[in-house]
Amino acid sequence: MIEETLIVKNQKGIHTRPAAVLVKTAAKFSSDFTIIKDGISINGKSIIGVMSLAAEEGAELTVRIEGSDEKEAFEAIKNVFERGFDED
Amino acid sequence: MSDQSEYIEQIKPFEQKNGGNNGRTVIHGIAASPGLAFGKVFVFEPKTIEISQRIVEPEEAEKEIEQVKQSIQRSEKELNKILSFTEQKIGNAKARIFEAQILILHDPDLLDQIFHRIRSERKNAETVVYAELTKIQESMLNASDPYLRERADDIGDVKHRIIRNIQQDRLFSRFKGTAIVVAKNLSPADTMLLSRNDVLGYATDMGGITSHTALLSRSLKIPAVVGLSRISRDATTGDEMILDGYSGTIVLRPNKADIDRYTEKRRRYVLFEEKLLVLRDLPAETTDGRTITLSANADLEEELDFVGFQGAEGIGLFRSESLLIGRDTFPTEDEQYEAYWLAAEKVYPHNVIIRVFDIGGDKVYPLMIEENNPFLGWRGIRILLDRPELFKTQLRALFRASTKKNVKILLPMISGVSEIAASMIHIKDVKTELREKNIPFDENVQVGAMIEIPSAAIMAKEIARMVDFLSIGTNDLIQYLLAVDRGNPTITKLFQEFHPAVLRMIQHTIDGGHKRKIHVGMCGEMAGDPIATILLVGMGIDSLSVVPSVLPEVKKIIRSINYKEAAKISRRALTMGTPEEVFDYLKRTLKTKLPDVPIG
Repeated sequence: MIEETLIVKNQKGIHTRPAAVLVKTAAKFSSDFTIIKDGISINGKSIIGVMSLAAEEGAELTVRIEGSDEKEAFEAIKNVFERGFDED
Repeated sequence: MSDQSEYIEQIKPFEQKNGGNNGRTVIHGIAASPGLAFGKVFVFEPKTIEISQRIVEPEEAEKEIEQVKQSIQRSEKELNKILSFTEQKIGNAKARIFEAQILILHDPDLLDQIFHRIRSERKNAETVVYAELTKIQESMLNASDPYLRERADDIGDVKHRIIRNIQQDRLFSRFKGTAIVVAKNLSPADTMLLSRNDVLGYATDMGGITSHTALLSRSLKIPAVVGLSRISRDATTGDEMILDGYSGTIVLRPNKADIDRYTEKRRRYVLFEEKLLVLRDLPAETTDGRTITLSANADLEEELDFVGFQGAEGIGLFRSESLLIGRDTFPTEDEQYEAYWLAAEKVYPHNVIIRVFDIGGDKVYPLMIEENNPFLGWRGIRILLDRPELFKTQLRALFRASTKKNVKILLPMISGVSEIAASMIHIKDVKTELREKNIPFDENVQVGAMIEIPSAAIMAKEIARMVDFLSIGTNDLIQYLLAVDRGNPTITKLFQEFHPAVLRMIQHTIDGGHKRKIHVGMCGEMAGDPIATILLVGMGIDSLSVVPSVLPEVKKIIRSINYKEAAKISRRALTMGTPEEVFDYLKRTLKTKLPDVPIG
């Protein structure tokens, strides 16, 4: 299991489009993907879940990835966060 | 949405509904997409979903689940078609909403939950799909975040689509011939699908300037009026309708005079381009040499090119809140900078007057506030002074965009001198900050005050001492001065721009500004009313900013009159006691002086 805190860098936060980028990336891997924000945890592969976080710029999200391809999955997810969800 | 699954509706003339009402009705809504239309109404009524709850035997559960899966597949196919149609017609950015809906269809948590409930509660597919998506929709509607509240509509659209497919129902999105589509509300998908017909215009009960119908109609270049409250109940398929997407007005079952007026207005727009060519490069100058700066109100990017094309002297009112249309958050400093810079670049060497965010009132954007009386509430400069970061971000973007020395800043909802003083402190701070960071900007950016609250008009002279120009916003000034809500159809008649009190207040403002030797302009609807042109010129107005479509008309009038004579006419108008007297006098004067100017 890999668990790490990632920060939302893009100025508009995770609105619809970034949520779609994140969910589409997560769907490529078989590992389970959980996001925890302010004590609420959601399935990172669920667009409704990700949207409902309404994570703003600067929000700290704990991501937890567990499964056979967790390393690759984590790298890909981390990359998406670092690229600011391809937004800015 | 394959064609055989669609029901083709014929538009029959006058199909009476509830006994019907053949009377002429005028309704004022919100101008959502510019243009004029006249034609037969097609009332678009998507079926409301009816759920028939059924208990399923354990062995049937898998069949129900299979049905959900197939419906989702069909829904995805439909959405993919709408997505590619939208992309090809109006571009990727606008199509994203459908991409998000496709992802919702495949949400693993949602599907697990639906399948689980079908098995454990032994309910049929449509019952569970309805319950589950309604639950999500309601939790989003209850969220404090406005962004999530808007997403509830996406969930609702997806819910309808899946259930319609479960029930194997047909879509009603085709009609024969041309029509103005009337509906309670139009989902983004409806707006797009219907546009494949020969749609003359959209008229809806619900919606605001930022609604999806509004956004998509503008991109589709289909005239639209929204927020008409009950048009879908008042209109019947086959009724005649005039839709004016410039003024936000519709006339249902118009009489001959309405149709003549429409034809005339239409003719004017057609003649528009020819007139432009003649007038384009000529100044707005009276016969005795007084020059009026005649500029255009414009804010959307697609309008900017048009402004230069028709020979306006720059933009007299750029409503920066237009940047907020269709967004859930305030634009960043860089995004704002780009928009302002683009406007400045496009109108150069003319000026662009950018009004800082006038939010609140009927224009509620990312800051959601509920007030009993929003027009008398937290609006314009009041919000900006309470949210200095928002204000300063905008000011930084404005100053950065000022390097061509053609940007002016306008402050909305000023009620007196103290708001100017408070604003100036922020302006000074921002300038200092930019200087320290060596970011180039124009040190002499002019700052003006919007005169739209009667108290500010009364204090015009004192305000004029603190700013570089005044701009009279007639729409709000009239509303506040006469205590008439312009959106209230019951009292529309009382919204009178030629009310003697309005005239005197305008004159007082112009005189106040001129005593301090600063320019006084006007940017409300009155500025573009040809009947008011002689009056305003005579009162001494220095600049008029008008909706682009009337610019040639107004220019033509200015070029035909003598300033001294106009001053005499306005002095006489100012002695009159009633709006009717003023209006008749001005109309008569215009008719005598310029018989070929179409009025109305």
